[in-house]
Amino acid sequence: MTPIALIPLFPLIGFLINGLGFGKISKSLVPIIGTGASLLSFACVLLAYLQFDGTPVVVNLFDWITVGDLNIKFAFQLDQLSLIMLFVITGVGTLIHLYSAGYMSHDEGYGKFFAYLNLFLFSMILLVLGANYLIMFIGWEGVGLCSYLLIGFWNKNTDYANAARKAFIMNRVGDLGFLVGIFLIIQTFGTLEYLEVFEKAKGFQIGDGIILAITFALFVGAMGKSAQIPLFTWLPDAMAGPTPVSALIHAATMVTSGIYMIVRSNVLYSLSPATLEFVAWIGLATALLGATIGLFQNDIKKVLAYSTVSQLGYMFLGLGVMAYSSGLFHVITHAFFKALLFLGAGSVIHAMSGDQDIRNMGGLWPKIKITAITFLVGTIAISGIPPFSGFFSKDEILAHVFEHNKLMWGLALLGSFMTAFYMFRLFFVTFKGNFRGTHEQEHHLHESPSSMTLPLIVLAALSIIGGAIGFPEIFHFPHKLNEFLSPIYEGSKLVNPEFGVIHIDHATEWILMGVSVLVAVVAIVFAFTVYGNGKNVPGSDESMSGIKKVVYDKYYIDELYNNVFVNPISSLSKFFGNVIDNKFIDGIVNNVGSLVNQTSAQVKRLQVGGTSSYLLFMTIGIILLLVYSLVPGLFESLKSVIK
Amino acid sequence: MLTLSLFLIPLIAGLVLLNIKNKSLASSISLVVSFIQIAVFVYAFSVFKDNSALLTFDKPWLSDFAIRFHLGLDGLSLVMVGLTVVLVAIILLAIKNLNYENIPRLLGLILLTEAALVGVFSAKDIFLFYFFFELALVPVYLIANFWGGENSSKITFKMFVYTVFGSLFMLISFVLLYMRGQSADIESIKVTVSLLPNLIKQILFWGLLLAFSIKMPIFPFHTWLPDAYSKSPTPATMLLSGLLSKMGVYGLIRILLPFAPSGVQMYGEIIIILAVVGLVYGSIIAIKQNEIKRLIAYSSFAHMGLMAGAVLTLSVTGLQGAIFQMVAHGFNAVGLFYIAKIIFDKTGSRSLTTLGGMTQSAPVLTVMFMVVLLGSVALPLTNGFVGEFLMLKAVFDFNHVIGIVAGLSVVFGAVYMLRFFQKTMYGPSNDSTINITDIGAKEMMVLVPIVIVVLLTGVFPNLILDISGSFVNSLGVLNK
Repeated sequence: MTPIALIPLFPLIGFLINGLGFGKISKSLVPIIGTGASLLSFACVLLAYLQFDGTPVVVNLFDWITVGDLNIKFAFQLDQLSLIMLFVITGVGTLIHLYSAGYMSHDEGYGKFFAYLNLFLFSMILLVLGANYLIMFIGWEGVGLCSYLLIGFWNKNTDYANAARKAFIMNRVGDLGFLVGIFLIIQTFGTLEYLEVFEKAKGFQIGDGIILAITFALFVGAMGKSAQIPLFTWLPDAMAGPTPVSALIHAATMVTSGIYMIVRSNVLYSLSPATLEFVAWIGLATALLGATIGLFQNDIKKVLAYSTVSQLGYMFLGLGVMAYSSGLFHVITHAFFKALLFLGAGSVIHAMSGDQDIRNMGGLWPKIKITAITFLVGTIAISGIPPFSGFFSKDEILAHVFEHNKLMWGLALLGSFMTAFYMFRLFFVTFKGNFRGTHEQEHHLHESPSSMTLPLIVLAALSIIGGAIGFPEIFHFPHKLNEFLSPIYEGSKLVNPEFGVIHIDHATEWILMGVSVLVAVVAIVFAFTVYGNGKNVPGSDESMSGIKKVVYDKYYIDELYNNVFVNPISSLSKFFGNVIDNKFIDGIVNNVGSLVNQTSAQVKRLQVGGTSSYLLFMTIGIILLLVYSLVPGLFESLKSVIK
Repeated sequence: MLTLSLFLIPLIAGLVLLNIKNKSLASSISLVVSFIQIAVFVYAFSVFKDNSALLTFDKPWLSDFAIRFHLGLDGLSLVMVGLTVVLVAIILLAIKNLNYENIPRLLGLILLTEAALVGVFSAKDIFLFYFFFELALVPVYLIANFWGGENSSKITFKMFVYTVFGSLFMLISFVLLYMRGQSADIESIKVTVSLLPNLIKQILFWGLLLAFSIKMPIFPFHTWLPDAYSKSPTPATMLLSGLLSKMGVYGLIRILLPFAPSGVQMYGEIIIILAVVGLVYGSIIAIKQNEIKRLIAYSSFAHMGLMAGAVLTLSVTGLQGAIFQMVAHGFNAVGLFYIAKIIFDKTGSRSLTTLGGMTQSAPVLTVMFMVVLLGSVALPLTNGFVGEFLMLKAVFDFNHVIGIVAGLSVVFGAVYMLRFFQKTMYGPSNDSTINITDIGAKEMMVLVPIVIVVLLTGVFPNLILDISGSFVNSLGVLNK
C-alpha cells in the first residue's frame, strides 16, 4: 500500500483500538496509541512530500457509488494543496494529542477522548485528501460528527449537550448547501473528480450562471463549517468542549475547511467574480462582527472563539479578492498561533482549577511563566507585529484587499485594530496585576506538566518563524508558499485575467505595511493604558448597559434565531402533529371509514374464538390452498425430474 | 426451485411453530430456519448472474383462469428477498430474547410473514402478487392484536381496514387488466398496457397508486401509521416499518411504473410533490414528539415519502436510490425500534421527558444507538447516506426547488434524531435511568449485525447497487 493511503489509515486504526478497547486498555497506553497514530500519519505525510514530484498523484482505492453513468470513486489526490493542509493537520494535530495526554489525564473518558480525536483526524484527512467532492463531503460531515461528539464530551451537562447539537444542526444547514453544489456539479460536469471538473471548467466563460450557482451553494457549506455570517453562532458555544478540542477542531483545522474548499475549487471561484465579491463581504462583515463581540467578552475561551470567527473572516476576505494563497497562508499561521493561544488558555484554566473568567484571574505571569510567555507570543502574532508570523499573512491579505477596494481595506484595518486591542486586553487582564481569584485557586496555581508546555513551546516557535514561508516580495526573499502552490492555480490564471495581477508599487506596499503595523501598535498602547497596570478590571455582567450590553450579548443573534427559526418550527411541529394530523386528516379518514366500520361490525362477530382456533383455521386454510394449487404442478415437475 | 424453497421453508416452519409449545425448541427451529434461508439466499445470489433458470418456478395455479404460481428473482427481487431473509433473521433473534408470552407462536407468525413477503417480492403473476400482498398483513395483524397492549386491537384494525381498502383498488385494477388481456403474467401485461383505452389507463394508475400509497404510506394517507407503529408491540412494528412498508415502494416500481407509464408521466409531479410534502411534514412533526416509538414512526413515514418521490422521478439515480434506501431504512428502522424496546424494558419509559443520562450506565448501548442514528441521519459512509444522496439528487434533477425543499429533511432529520439521542443518552441521569445495566451478549447479537450492515453497505454500496442496477437498467420506462 502506498504511503498516501496510510495517512488516514493510522488515525482510523488508533480510533478503533482506543474506541473498542475503551476501559480495557491501560491508561498509560491510551495516549501512546492516540498520539502515535497521529505521529505516524505525520511521518507518512513527510514521506509523501519527499516522494512528491510536483504532479498530482491520484490513488484509486475502489468504486464507491456507481449509478448509471455516474461513477464516484473512493480516491485520494495528493498535490501541493493537500500536502500543505496535511502538514498542518497532522503536525498541529500531533502536538495537540500530546498536550491532551496531560490535559485530559484526570478524565474518566480518557480513552474515549483519544478515540474521538483520532476519528477526527481521520475525517479531516479524508476531507483534504479526497480526489473528488464526495470524498470531501465524507470528511466534511465526518468532522461535523466528531465536533458534535467532542463538544458534547461532558454531556452530563445539558448546556454542553445543547451546544453540541446546535453545532451539528447549524453545520447541517450549511451541508445542505454543499450537497446542492455537488448536485449542480454533477449536472454540469457529469463527474465529481477534481481533475476532470477543473479541466472542463476551463471551457466556461467568466460570469457563467451555473458556475455562480455552484460556487454560491458550496460557499453556503463553507459558511456553516467555517462559522461565517449567518451560520457562525455555533462556534462560540462549541467552547463547551475540552480545550484541546477548541484548539484542534475549532481553531486550527476543521473551521478552515471552508477556506480549503474554496482554494481547492479556485478555478470555479475565479470564474464567478460575483460569488467572490459576496465571499469577500461576508468575510469582512464576519471579521468585524467577531472582533466587536471579542472586545467585551470575559471568558478566556470566548474571547479566543470570537477571535477565531473574526480571523476566519479575514481568510475569506482574502479569498474573495482572489488572494487564495494569502488566505491559505493565514490558515497556516493562524493554526500555529491560535492553537497556541487555546492551548495556553487551557493551561491557564488548568492552573485556575477550571475557572475561565478572566475577571477572577490577574497576576498569573510569575506563577505560570512558560504559559504566560508563550501566550504573549501568540498574542503578538495575532496582532500583526513583525516579524511574527501573523503579520506576514495578514499583511498579504490586506495588500490584496487594498488593491481590490479601498473601503474594504479601511474596514479590515479597523478590524485589525480591534483584534490587537482585545487580545492585549485579554493578556493584561489575565497575566498582569494582582490575583483576584479565591484563596483555594491561588493555593492551587501551578505550571502545567511538560507534556502540555512542550507543545506550547513548539507552537510558539512556529508562531514566531512561521511567516518565513511567505515573505513579501519587497523583501527580496522567495515567497516559498506561493511558489509551491502556483501549479494549483493554473486554471484560475487561464480563466480570469485579473488573477495574480498586482498593480501596487513598492512604495505603496511599504506604506501599507507601515500603516497596519502602526494601527496594531496604537491598539496595543491603548490596551496598555487601559488595562496594563492590572487595576482596571472589566465590570460584572449587570454593570453593562447600552450598546456595550448589546455587543456583549452578541447582538442578540441567538435570540433572533430562536424567534425566527427554532420557536416557529417547534410550534409548527406541534400544530402539524396535534391539529392537522390528528384532527384534520385523520378526521376525514375516520369519516370516510365510518361506512367501512359499520360493515366491519358485522364481520367482527366472527372474531369470537381464541387465538388457537384462529391459528388452526389459518394453518388448515393455507395448507389446503397450497395442496389444491401446487400438488398437481409439483407432481408433474417431479415426474419430469425422474424422466 | 430456489425461490420456491425460500418461500416454502418459512411457510412450513411457521406452520409448525404455530402448533408447538416448547419455547427453546421453537427458538432453535426459528434460528435454524433463518440460517437455512440465508444460506439458500446466498446460493441463489451466487447463481443469479449466470444461471437464473434455477431461480424461477412456474406452474399453473388456477389453470381455468390461466393464473399461474410463478415466482422468479431478478435484480430488484433479489435485493428485496435478501433484505427480507436477513432482516427476519435479525428480528427473530431479537424477539426470542424479549419478554413476550407464547414466543413459539410469535416466531411462527413472523416466519409466515417472511413467506408471504418472499412471495410478494418474487411473484411474477398479478394475482399471486395480490394474494401475497394481502396475506403478508394477516400474521402481522394477529401479532399486533394478540401481543399488543390495550387499544391495540382497535388501532390495528384501523390499519388493517385502511390498507385492505387500498388493496381493493389494486384488485379492481388487476381484474380490469386481466379481463382486457386474458393474461395475469406481469411481463406480458407490460407489453400490452399501451394498447388499453385511455379511461382504463387512468383507472389503473389511480387504483394502483392508491393501494401503494396507503401501504407505504404517502401523505395524506398516512394517519394509520403513527398509532399503528407506536401502539403495536415491537415485533409487529419491526415487521411493518422494516418490511411491509417496502411492499408499497416495491409495488410502485414493479407494478405501477410498467403498468401505468402514461399516468406516471402525466401525474408524476403531483405525486412527487405530495411525497416531498410528506417528507418535510413528517420530519417537522417528529421534532416535537416525546414518545420515542411515535418519533421513530414519523421519521419512518418521512423516509418513505422520499422513496416514493425518488421512484417517480423515473430516473436511474432515483430508482437506484430508492431501492438502496429500502434496504438501508429496513435495517435502520428495525434497529431503532429495537433500541426503543431496550430502553423501555430497562427504564419502563418511552417518554423523552423522563429519560436521560443513560450513557453513564450503558456506554455500549450508546455506541450502538449512535451508529444506527448516523445511518438514519444519512452520514456519509453509513447506509443512509447513499440512499438519501441518490434520491435527493434525483429529486433535485427533476426540479431544483422541490429538491431543495426535500433537502430540508436532512436538517430536520438531524434535529429530531439528535434530540432523541440527547434526551435518552445525554444529560443528567435520573431515578429511572441511574441503575440500569448495559446491554449484553443477547442484545449485541442483534445490534452488531445491524451495525455491520450500516457501515458495510455505507462503505461498499455497490454490493447492492450492482444487483439492483441490473434491474433498473433493463427497466424500459425511465427518462434519460
